[in-house]
Amino acid sequence: MFDSLSDRLGAVVGKLRNRGRLSEADVDEILAEIRTALLEADVNVAVVRNVLARIREKSVGEAMSKVLDPAQQVVKTVQAELIGLLGGETLKITYASQPPTVVLMAGLQGSGKTTSAAKLAAWFKKQGRQPMLVGADLQRPAAVEQLRVLGQQVGVPVFSAPGDPVETARLGLEEARRLGRNVLIVDTAGRLAIDEEMMEQVRRISETVTPRYTFLVVDAMTGQDAVGVAEAFNETLAIDGVILSKLDGDARGGAALSVKEVIGKPIAFAATGEKLDAFEQFHPDRMASRILGMGDMLSLIEQAEQVFEKEEAEKAAKKLVDGKFTLDDFLEQLQQLKKMGPLQNVLGMLPGVGAQLKGAEIGDDQVKRTEAIIRSMTPAERENPQIINGSRRTRIAKGSGTQVQDVNRLVKQFAEMQKMMKQFGGRLPSR
Amino acid sequence: MFANATTGVLRRSAIDQATWDDLEEAMLRADLGVKVTTALLDGLRARVKQREITDPVALVAALRSDMASRLDGADRSLTFDPARGTPNIWMMVGVNGAGKTTSLAKIAAQQMGLGRSVLMAAGDTFRAAAGEQLETWATRTGASIVRGAEGADPSSVVFDGVQSAAARGMDLVLADTAGRLQSNTNLMDELRKVRRVAEKAAGVVTEVLLVIDATTGQNGLVQARQFADATQVTGVVLTKLDGSAKGGIVFAIETELGIPVKLVGLGETIADLAPFEPHEFVDALFDE
Repeated sequence: MFDSLSDRLGAVVGKLRNRGRLSEADVDEILAEIRTALLEADVNVAVVRNVLARIREKSVGEAMSKVLDPAQQVVKTVQAELIGLLGGETLKITYASQPPTVVLMAGLQGSGKTTSAAKLAAWFKKQGRQPMLVGADLQRPAAVEQLRVLGQQVGVPVFSAPGDPVETARLGLEEARRLGRNVLIVDTAGRLAIDEEMMEQVRRISETVTPRYTFLVVDAMTGQDAVGVAEAFNETLAIDGVILSKLDGDARGGAALSVKEVIGKPIAFAATGEKLDAFEQFHPDRMASRILGMGDMLSLIEQAEQVFEKEEAEKAAKKLVDGKFTLDDFLEQLQQLKKMGPLQNVLGMLPGVGAQLKGAEIGDDQVKRTEAIIRSMTPAERENPQIINGSRRTRIAKGSGTQVQDVNRLVKQFAEMQKMMKQFGGRLPSR
Repeated sequence: MFANATTGVLRRSAIDQATWDDLEEAMLRADLGVKVTTALLDGLRARVKQREITDPVALVAALRSDMASRLDGADRSLTFDPARGTPNIWMMVGVNGAGKTTSLAKIAAQQMGLGRSVLMAAGDTFRAAAGEQLETWATRTGASIVRGAEGADPSSVVFDGVQSAAARGMDLVLADTAGRLQSNTNLMDELRKVRRVAEKAAGVVTEVLLVIDATTGQNGLVQARQFADATQVTGVVLTKLDGSAKGGIVFAIETELGIPVKLVGLGETIADLAPFEPHEFVDALFDE
């Protein structure tokens, strides 16, 4: 697993804490860590260079000497810079005065065009529109069939015709007009940016259906090549925005930043799960934190301050750092956490934890089960889970109405959590 | 990919800071990652310091040979061993959209070309029409296929496939699985189970091939680590290498995790599959 930026910076920041001002060498040291973090997040090399130059400019100088903790200040500058880069104008979807509003999907093989097309159709439907899908990927076996099944699942009609994709798209547009559908989403075959013939084909599809929006679908796991791909597609198709797919994984998604910087078009949507409604408009601030791997610490602290009873929190924090955190304390914290909102959101804000627990399906149901398991333990077991042997496990599972595996998993996860907490416990800001 | 950088490096008469910057940038651009890049360059720096390397031409040549030698010595053969049990089972695993199904079809054609009888088990019961996609490939290659209903338990589909192949005395089962992100623990558990259950019938899993898209960045290393943990991955299939991305992340996968790249995918047709050749791979980085 990559070290998150907060882990990386921990050492540097610790050393520089309480220092009145940063020397040029200090800034260099911090920037070197940030550079590595950005590169490991797959931000393009050239983009990293530009970003760092701007940050250096802001970090050395007058303003920096006045702040309390200059090292933290640099991190904040970086984050602000990234948000600025990712954000700016959020893409606001408008509709053609002459329906249908045509949306063209393009991208590399396997980037997630077909799934994104169906998710986008569901999104338009939720906006009160009447979308239709066109399957113009006649290349990949069963691609049209896939689109049909997905269309059925989201309740959106799908049109396709065999033969030539350009002609299929044209017929699809006619069909949408005939049926009075006011949004038309055209799915196309995946293609390599260097495949001239295929790029010419998608250009002709675009010419035929004159899309209001052309979206480039980019896999969140893409590396340095994202820039070249985006440039090539933008040159051929004039991209209006990017759909970032597979963002529910643990990839940092630096490609998003590169693409935005290079073609200057916003990231319109992000796909955040396997389910067809896991699709949302893009939030630059969350993405900036993710690329840096530092979680949304500030808002977590704010929320915690509002909800946690202060004394309780301090007690727990101390136990955490000291490694004396027991299952009883965990139970107590779970109760407190529940007051802060859905657990998934809360955990996602913790640096390092977000990525590791994402997709781990920590639902509130699971919290209930976890509570039941802990409540079925004796005080001694809660104090020292190592004593939980086979027969104790069976008893606990029976008592909580769960399986022995569930008990095992909890005990194992708790041990891991203790380890993890100890790691960054020392770095939680002291108040 | 390295061409621009090496041209710049070679134009200069001496090795200076710009030389190192150019090389580093080229290596990072190829998705080699910070760690691998730093390790390779540190090695070269030491040799330059000892005056073992003194000019840019020798430096570029040394980098080239260092990179190739890092990939030397791995066993890249596909394990087919009826003595360990029949049928042999090869599983395809990987994230969504990496190219598992297409790679499976290519491998089927390749193995049938060697005179082996092949059965495809359509273990991707999640993605819409994944079964149809594989069925199309089965028809095109003439391989047998066992499919389950959409949403069926993938373990049972693979189990059925293996049983069916065993009953017919077939050589090889190629088991497709649904794409999954390695961070999704439930789905990774499911994959563990597929691997386990595949061997409950007659037959033995002799290859678990992780399919990685050449455009993948640093997350590829995390993918390899997690999939290896869940399914004891035996090799990597590096797909879409015919594009502009060169798959530099496999350096880290090979050297840090010791998982060899066995095959590369070079296009959309059934014959676009080749054994991985380390020297060609490195040459492609430099010569493009």
